[in-house]
Amino acid sequence: MKDHKSVKSPPMQTETPGKTNSGLNREIQAKIGQQLRAMFDEVVQEGVPDRFADLLRQLDTPGEKASETTGNPKDEGRSG
Amino acid sequence: MKLDPQLRDQILAAVPSLRAFGISLSGNVDRADDLVQETLLRALANIHSFQPGTNMNAWLFTILRNLFRSEYRKRKREVEDADGSYAESLKSHPDQLGRVEFQEFRAALKELPDEQREALILVGASGFSYEEAADICGCAVGTIKSRVNRARTRLAKLMHVENLEDFGPDKATRAILAGNDR
Repeated sequence: MKDHKSVKSPPMQTETPGKTNSGLNREIQAKIGQQLRAMFDEVVQEGVPDRFADLLRQLDTPGEKASETTGNPKDEGRSG
Repeated sequence: MKLDPQLRDQILAAVPSLRAFGISLSGNVDRADDLVQETLLRALANIHSFQPGTNMNAWLFTILRNLFRSEYRKRKREVEDADGSYAESLKSHPDQLGRVEFQEFRAALKELPDEQREALILVGASGFSYEEAADICGCAVGTIKSRVNRARTRLAKLMHVENLEDFGPDKATRAILAGNDR
């Protein structure tokens, strides 16, 4: 199943206004790709907010008031 | 339930990109964080159904994506007359959404149909393969490919620019407004 043909986008010029030449179009696509990743990475670089680290820690530690933050009271009965 | 530390680390490691995915989908940091929180709770509640050795990121992305889809449908019904309110909420949190140029880009992304946007983000930003993206969205690989292609074409049109130097905020905004079919 190794089909490493480069994915060539089919001619997609259905509504392209005549002035867009394909070279420029490719550059715009590259720019879009860059922006997409940059936008995504900007958030990724913020790391893990405390809120989520705390959440996982609390859920992970039985008997330590997991129900207070998560509203999953079922687990609490276990330690009693 | 005691969580396998390895699984917990994998989940934690996925949180930053889950947030980025959530923000890209919803265009709103607060909603994205709620989505991530809900995703984590669901993941932990269903951790037994995760198969160790498979892709934790893909698993979590699937959960978040499905949550967003179901919530979005509900919400759409609730606010269907308050058309501009969502865009307003974006404007009122400019700092949260990072630098100006990304806001323009996000605005353009918002113009895409949901399924095109998510396909583009999964493949073009999150680094998933077409196959993984197809799994996450529950559709065929070919469908993902065509959605990504259509998303790129549409974005290029939305960000219609005479030359690349014009890719800045104002031009993009105008392009988006002009592209709005109203």
